[in-house]
Parts: sequence; C-alpha cells; structure tokens
Amino acid sequence: MNSTAAEHSLVARFRLKFRRSETLRGYALLSPTLTVVLLGLLFPLAILLTLSFWKQEYVDLIQTFTLTNYADFFEKKIYYLILYRSIRISLFVMLATVLLAYPLAYFIAFHVKKNKIMWIILITIPFWTSYLLRVFAWKVILGYNGVINSGLMSLGIIAEPLQFILYNPIAVVITLAHAWAAVAILPIYVSLEKIDRSLIEASRDLGESAVMTFIRVTLPLSLPGVIAASLLVFIPTVGDYVTPALVGGTRGIMIGNIIQSMFGKALNWPLGAALSIISMLTVTAVVCMLLGATHLFRKKVA
Amino acid sequence: MSDVIISIKNVVKTFGKVVAVSNANLDVVKGEFFSLLGPSGCGKTTLLRMLAGFELPTEGSIEIDGQDVTLVPPNHRPVNMVFQNYAIFPHLNVASNIAFGMRKSGLSKQELAQRIDQMLELIKLPGYGERGASELSGGQRQRVALARALIKQPKVLLLDEPLGALDKKLREQMQIELRLLQQHVGITFVFVTHDQEEALTLSDRIAVMDQGDIIEVSTPTLLYEQPKSQFVADFIGTMNFFDCTLTDYSDDVASGQCAELGEIRVKGQQPVVQPGETFALAIRPEKFSISFADPASSVNTVEGRMGPSAYLGDRSHFYIHIKGRDNPISVALQNLSGVLDQKYSTDKTVWLSWSDDAAVMIRAEK
Repeated sequence: MNSTAAEHSLVARFRLKFRRSETLRGYALLSPTLTVVLLGLLFPLAILLTLSFWKQEYVDLIQTFTLTNYADFFEKKIYYLILYRSIRISLFVMLATVLLAYPLAYFIAFHVKKNKIMWIILITIPFWTSYLLRVFAWKVILGYNGVINSGLMSLGIIAEPLQFILYNPIAVVITLAHAWAAVAILPIYVSLEKIDRSLIEASRDLGESAVMTFIRVTLPLSLPGVIAASLLVFIPTVGDYVTPALVGGTRGIMIGNIIQSMFGKALNWPLGAALSIISMLTVTAVVCMLLGATHLFRKKVA
Repeated sequence: MSDVIISIKNVVKTFGKVVAVSNANLDVVKGEFFSLLGPSGCGKTTLLRMLAGFELPTEGSIEIDGQDVTLVPPNHRPVNMVFQNYAIFPHLNVASNIAFGMRKSGLSKQELAQRIDQMLELIKLPGYGERGASELSGGQRQRVALARALIKQPKVLLLDEPLGALDKKLREQMQIELRLLQQHVGITFVFVTHDQEEALTLSDRIAVMDQGDIIEVSTPTLLYEQPKSQFVADFIGTMNFFDCTLTDYSDDVASGQCAELGEIRVKGQQPVVQPGETFALAIRPEKFSISFADPASSVNTVEGRMGPSAYLGDRSHFYIHIKGRDNPISVALQNLSGVLDQKYSTDKTVWLSWSDDAAVMIRAEK
C-alpha cells in the first residue's frame, strides 16, 4: 500500500518535471530518431571498426588485433591514389553541381512570381525514375554508338566515334552532377528565398552595381544554402560506386568500387572495413577544410 | 528656380491595369523636410521608390538637382534611402553596415574609420561599431540605417515610414531627433508616412495623396487650419462637416445658412462658391466651446444634447447630438483643471458656439 503510494508520487513528480522541462520534452521528441540512429548507424559502425582491426587469411577471419589493413593502405599506393581520385572527382562533381544549381535556384527565387512550387516539382522529376536508369541513360548519351557520337557523325563533324567521352572521370562527373542537381538546388533556393529583397535594394541604393550587390549581399547571405548543397553532394558521391562502375571505365574507378570488391569478389572484409574508415575520416577532414574556407571567405567579404 | 532640388513632372506609374500614381507634379525645395502623406495604397511609397530608382515611371520625368534621372539606376542617383524595415545587412556588423556604401569613396582606412566614428557619434551610438546587426534594438537599427545613408552625403535622403515599427514613446523621441538631425546636416528629406500627426510634427511641407493623386501640397498649419478639400480636412485630424448655402459675402465676411446650424458667419476667407450655391462648412473639434446657457446671439451657435464622452488625459472628447443630424458633432476640450466634475453628464442640454474665424469653407464633394 505504502509502496504504491510512493510509486504514485514518483510518477506524478516525473510528470510534473516533464511538463516543466523543455529539454526533457525535446529529448522525448527526438527519441524515435535517436533510437534509429543509434541502432542503424553506431552499431554497424562499431562492427566496421572492429572488423578493420582484424585480418583475413584466405577464407579465415583472424580475430586478433592488428594494424595490417591500415598499413596496407599506406604501403600500397593504389588505394591511396584511388581515394585521392575519388575525392577529386567528388570535388569536381560538387563544384559542377553547385555552379549549375545556383543560377536555377536564383531564377526560381527571384524571377518566378507564380507557381514556384510547380518549378520545384519539375526539378524533382528526374528523381521519379531509378538512379540506375538515369546512369544508364547517360551511358546511352555518351556511349560509343551513343546520342552524341551518332549525332556528330550524321552531321559530318566527326568521321568516327569519339572515344574520350565515355569510360573516364569526366563521364563520372557529368553523370553524378546531373544525378545530384536537385539535391543542390533545393537548399540554395531556400537560402535565396529567405533573403529580404530590401537588402538588395539597399545595396543598390548605397551605390553598388548589380554584380557587386550579388558578391557583397546575395552570395554571402546564401552561403548557408551553398554549404549545405556542397556537403549534400560531396559526402555521398565520394562513396558512390554505381556510376563509376557503369560509366567510369578503369580510369574512373573510385574508392567505393574498391570497397565493394573487398566485401565481394576479393573477399577481404577487414581491408574493406579499414578502407571505409579511412575514406570516412578523409571526407570528414575535407569537409572541415571546406567549412574553414567558407569561414575565411565570409570574413573577407565582411 | 534654382533652389528646387527635386522636380517631378507629369509622372504616371501603372502596374498592369492598376494606376499607382496618376500624373504627379511636385517640386521639393533644397533643404526642406518634405512629407508624402496618405492612406495605405495611395501611391506615396511608389512615388518615393521612383525617386530612389527602384521603380521606373511609366510616363513623365524626374529631375534631381537639375539632372534628369528618370531612367538612371539607383546606384547612380545622388539620393539615399532609409527603408521601412531598415534593411540592415545581417551578415555585417554596425561599422561595416555604415561603411557599406563607401567602397568607392577613395578614403583611406583611417579616414573611413574616423568618418564611421563621427556617424556613430551623430546617431548617439558611440562604440557600437563592433556590434552585430542582430544585437540591435528597433530604434538602434533605425539609427544605423540613417547613418549608413547619411555617410554618403546624399543630396536627398528618402525615408519610407522609418518610424512605423517603433513604439509610441520611442517614435515621438525619434521624431524630435530626426527633425534636429535634418536641421543639423541640412540635407533635403523626403519622408513617407501614413501618420498625419507625424507628418505635421516633422514637415516643412506636406503633399497629401489619395488613390494615386496628389490632392494638396502645403505647410502643416495651412493643411490643418485651411484645408482646400474635404478629403484633406478629413484625413488630417478630425473634422465636422456641415452642408451650408452661401447667402452673402461683403466686407470680408461670408454669411451662410446651414440646415443643422442655422445662420453662420465666417470672417477673413474668400468664399469658394458664389452666393446661392452650397458649400461644406468644416469645424475642428477643438474650435468649439460648450456653454450651459442659451447665448444671446443666434449666429455661430447651435443647441445640442450631450452624448458619450471619452477621457484622454490631456483632453476629453465629447459627442454632441443636434437636431436633424445623424452622427454627433465631435468636440474636444482641454482638461484645464484637475477636478473631475460631472457637469458634462450625458443628456444635458448644451450650446455649442465658435468664433467667426474658426470655421473653414470648403467646396463640397460628392
């Protein structure tokens, strides 16, 4: 009897505390997401980390601590070179995507007066088909007997198909930039849309031309959107393996392809895990550098 | 005239089918505090934005300081603007905001820093240079917006309802400061507002606008005391209108007959109509006096019954019903004594009277 009463008051006290504390309610709201993230991200990450310190010997997994896999990465130049190439390709993809997305986002934010939603929906239309299909479509366009080559040939501009447009890093950049365009447009659009139009007028009023107004007001104020777009494109494309596998050829192989083969044909899970960890850390480092650079830019403009 | 700084000639602005400004003609004199006053949607902001260069006139021309600027983009006009929401750059601190327009000024870093300090001194925010834009209160933002425009030493400063977002006390304080500042810097101010009290307080001259037309341009005193139209009389302050017929005009005295007031007399005004024609007699609430005994003369007096009243601190408003009139006459009396007496109680019979120079004859509209 006594104990239930105590329990009762405990529940009541917790309730009261819960109602009063904003932090507590915040965590409660977060908890479903937090659970999924903890189970779906941290758990596999822990497995990956453990795996990377083990060793594969033919079909056996040696479960003792070793740094061999990491040593392999630094000793064999191939992994290092492919990771470097992946970062470079992804940086180009990021640059191309943001440069292409910005004018479109700018157009929708500043020049479309009615039906902005319709424009946004139109932009997402390519996303309605599968990623794989879109990559194949590019293969059709860029291929040996593809749209570009046969077009140029029928026009008599070239005698035989161009070989350099498919199966190389440029094809990877083109395909990825197209695939990720919508992801870049949306955050840039949102940040541009939020800019108070009177700020732009104020800059013109204070004597700046349209171009200088863009550099001194519009661009710095849309920087959060640009950063978000850059990261949203850069981070996932580093690990992409479908596009390089289909349009990259041997010169377009990226770290994702290597990791995939380690967990597949090559059957070296520990090395694959180590490469995953390393590429993750590298991406983190590059992202930090990008954020640092934008911070410097912001200071310089101000 | 050489002292005209802004000359607006036959300016028309249409947005599609909507006429925002229809045939505006206006001269603003160098160094004056000029206000554009009107209800919202009257075209005052559009006219100001055409002066700034954000809108181009559909027809007509605008000259600023003798130069035709009708099609000149905003960054090449010798004017600067204080925006309604101040438009302080959120990514820059106070000093950078003030210095924004000085990139091409040719001043050295030290000179510019000195100028910024002077401006901060002028707007009474010394030492605020490093503050972020988000750390400023409404009044401070308004001052920074002023400094940012004034540092460019424009020929004309345009202000788009800059006090609208401030609370009453702060607004009144800023009105005085703005007026002093304008006299101090000697720059022509063109000020847009819908607040008639603000326009009266601040301006040397006021242009009253309605539905795209400039109705009347005059000094605050003349607009208030001798408005030329019923719209202006009604828009600025409170006004009681009576339908009257002019019977005679001689020796500077106009006599008339009003349905609700009986015989009236107005001294010192040219009648706006010929004898026999009708006009509107306009009397301000504070021009009446209330008495409790029937005055000897029957001219310029009317008998009424006390209606509801409102106590406003410094003055009281009374509403007085008279025979043959649907809406009561508005009367304002200053609360000269501190005694709250009951003599103005509802339903009491009173006599309203006014002097022969208190009423205004206006051409009747409708």
